[in-house]
Amino acid sequence: MNVSSSRRGFFKGAAASAAAVLVIGVAPSGVIAAANSAETTMLNPFVKIAADGTITAIAKHFEMGQGPSTGLTTLIAEELGVSMDAIEYEFAPSNPKLYNNTAFGPVQGTGGSTAMFNSFKQYRQAGAAAREVLLQAASLAWDVPAAQLKLEDGVISGDGNKAPIGEFVAAASKLTAPENPRLKDPSEFKLIGNANVRRKDTPPKINGTAKYAMDIQLDNQMVVTIKRATRKGATVTSFDDSAAKDVKGFIRAATLPNKAGVAVYAENTWASLQAREALEVTWDNSAAESRSSEDVYKELMAALNTAPEYNLTKNDQAEIADAIENADKVVEETFYFPLLAHAPMEPLTCTIEATEDGGVILHDGCQMPTSPHAAIAQILQVPMDKVQVNTMFAGGSFGRRATPTVDYQVEAALSFVMTDRRRPVKLVWSREDDITGGYYRPAFAHKVRVGLDADGNIAGWDHRVAGQSISKGTPFEAFSVHDGVDHLSVEGVTPTQYSIPGMFAGLTDIKPATTVLWWRSVGHTHTAYVMEAMMDAVATAAGRDPVEFRLAHLAGDTPDQKRLTGVLKLAAEKSNWGKGAEGRSQGVAVHKSFGSYVAEVVEISGDAENGVKIEKVTCAVDCGIPVNPDVIKAQMEGGIGYGLGHAMRDEITLENGEVIQQNFPDYEPLRIGDIGEIETHIVLSTQAPTGVGEPGTPPSAPALANAIAAKGPRVTELPMTKVGINFA
Amino acid sequence: MAISLKLNGETHKVDAEPGTPLLWVIRDELKLTGTKFGCGVASCGACTVHMDGEPVRSCQTFIEDVEDSEITTIEGLKSTPAQAVQQAWTELDVVQCGYCQSGQIMSAVGLLSENAKPTLEEIDDYMDGNACRCATYQRIRSAIVRASEIMEA
Repeated sequence: MNVSSSRRGFFKGAAASAAAVLVIGVAPSGVIAAANSAETTMLNPFVKIAADGTITAIAKHFEMGQGPSTGLTTLIAEELGVSMDAIEYEFAPSNPKLYNNTAFGPVQGTGGSTAMFNSFKQYRQAGAAAREVLLQAASLAWDVPAAQLKLEDGVISGDGNKAPIGEFVAAASKLTAPENPRLKDPSEFKLIGNANVRRKDTPPKINGTAKYAMDIQLDNQMVVTIKRATRKGATVTSFDDSAAKDVKGFIRAATLPNKAGVAVYAENTWASLQAREALEVTWDNSAAESRSSEDVYKELMAALNTAPEYNLTKNDQAEIADAIENADKVVEETFYFPLLAHAPMEPLTCTIEATEDGGVILHDGCQMPTSPHAAIAQILQVPMDKVQVNTMFAGGSFGRRATPTVDYQVEAALSFVMTDRRRPVKLVWSREDDITGGYYRPAFAHKVRVGLDADGNIAGWDHRVAGQSISKGTPFEAFSVHDGVDHLSVEGVTPTQYSIPGMFAGLTDIKPATTVLWWRSVGHTHTAYVMEAMMDAVATAAGRDPVEFRLAHLAGDTPDQKRLTGVLKLAAEKSNWGKGAEGRSQGVAVHKSFGSYVAEVVEISGDAENGVKIEKVTCAVDCGIPVNPDVIKAQMEGGIGYGLGHAMRDEITLENGEVIQQNFPDYEPLRIGDIGEIETHIVLSTQAPTGVGEPGTPPSAPALANAIAAKGPRVTELPMTKVGINFA
Repeated sequence: MAISLKLNGETHKVDAEPGTPLLWVIRDELKLTGTKFGCGVASCGACTVHMDGEPVRSCQTFIEDVEDSEITTIEGLKSTPAQAVQQAWTELDVVQCGYCQSGQIMSAVGLLSENAKPTLEEIDDYMDGNACRCATYQRIRSAIVRASEIMEA
């Protein structure tokens, strides 16, 4: 242990001027330091301990329901040696040097189911470093070797001494934290893996005190809603606000500098919504999108039937086509997936207010602080160090809050820049704005042709994918586009973990019809559906059991195949696969995404004509060390519900460039009676933790489709209700 | 127009135009933000409050129609069923993003206040209008059953 008497240990926060507050962190390089913010730069501060013993974990990931306020806090508490009740958390300020997502490079943000994956070691090190420096302070105070002391439940004891850690915060803050603190062996874990650890964010969320960005009520704030073009690419020519002036509370209307809409300023939300309704806008539609969903559908189908733009498997398509042509049996299916909105429960909103020092604060359920931080500084011409981001609870996201264009925060900044900046500006989206506002899961189509030999084995697999790239033309292009191929369009097909001999895969991009975005599980939303529906169709054609057929194609000894086999067998066992109750049908799917392995069995009653009822979903997940088992179960339940609800009945359609759906009545959410029961089983793993926010979603819809196909039609076009599947 | 609003046991004088949804008076005038805006068309239930003990969607309840009624929001809950529901929600960690949960809880309390021992089917019927995009439904159902047990004990 490296101990010095450096003064670089005090952090005098504004709220803790009287108390010594110890901030411990781990630098990206792995160097640990206790830093004094008044004197030096703080290095990645994740643990704050006040002199009164109050411990606060600094969460670099925002909370949209997926659980990091509990998970990151658990990691700190585990290594520090305190109970979950003894530790609070707060969301980190915007500072990518300290709080970057290590999976994203120099960017602070949440996404790709990476929160636990990229924080597991970092947060444990921070907790362990805090523990060791506190023990060192006690060691010096009592003149007892640190090795003879222990820290448990927030109390340090040893050699007849005993005192709460708060007594050593001041002394510890003068010491330099160790560079390589000892991390607990998994056998010593008390909190990690403990199913009894409760969510930290439950108490404020059941009594109305949890604050979301929609709940911002600043003195003298104005509320802005924006009248946007109904067709992408249209711009404002002029507007008439004479009727809006009759709305009490209306302040003014102004065309956004980018002409994408008219900002309607009012004293409160209702007045802004009413005035917006009364506003007459004349649009320039000369550059506006005019295609309909039918046009996009035709374009996708045409793309599937021509030579693919990109050969993903770098092999000879003609040779594989020949093998399929000469096979004993051929199974061919064409799939279509519509545009989908995320529709998080909290409509998008954020607030910008000026500070006395000439800066601004963004109040936001902020998924990627680095992006709006820079955009706001640029638009408002405020230095970067004078822009603060106050990350609040987010009422869901499912990907929607992380746009490459920083769309809603830019709208707020443009609305703010058109004022004298004396009044805070709160931008509010209505549900209609949300459903019609673009940034959808792109429409995709697949065509797959599989040949089977006389023994029922796959002889060739020709797989075409067509759709609109999410990343091309955005700052994320560099991360996911290689050799022209957007990985996000094909992940789950290439690579697939199945051993498939003679596989060809090709991709064709289609030109943008609307703005598109990642949507909970991204490319896997359609690729898992196609792979799993095809494996089922092929197994059926071969006269083989769908679970056995999958296991046979996962029989290699790669870690991926072994772990997929593990969850598939577990889900089959727990669901009584093959022994469903009278009148019920089962369907199975298994898929790897975001580093995690999930198998699901959906059991249904009824039929497509009279109404299908989802009676039970049995889920098995292997996500490495399960840090918070109950949060993992909740994410599987939520991911399954999200996947099934949309597959059952949701789509966004365009007509002459306009979005048809407006609100929940025509973009119907999953309801409580739609799924009977979800049972989740977690594989006990010693591997590093991987994602749980998204991996529950991909297998859900294909497992349902496979259950329906067991005794009815094979659904190859979504949503299911559109192709004649009724639900009870 | 000036309206006298009885909310959470207190009387408030508010100035609002007829046709103003109760939701926006609660949120923007009284600054009680536990009641949420989700859809504005009574289709998601996030804005559920109690009007004389009955759950109503405050986004489609107009200020001129509530003057003679007692309104209760999530902040004013204190009945026996309410305590049982909040305890059950805590035990089962129902919440995820949490944005719909005030409305879910207001509806669940409404259900248990009129039917202390609902069947699963009755729960699904009663809670059908409360959407949760995180799909916490299974836990909502289990928590209502649990709250019913707590009330019985």
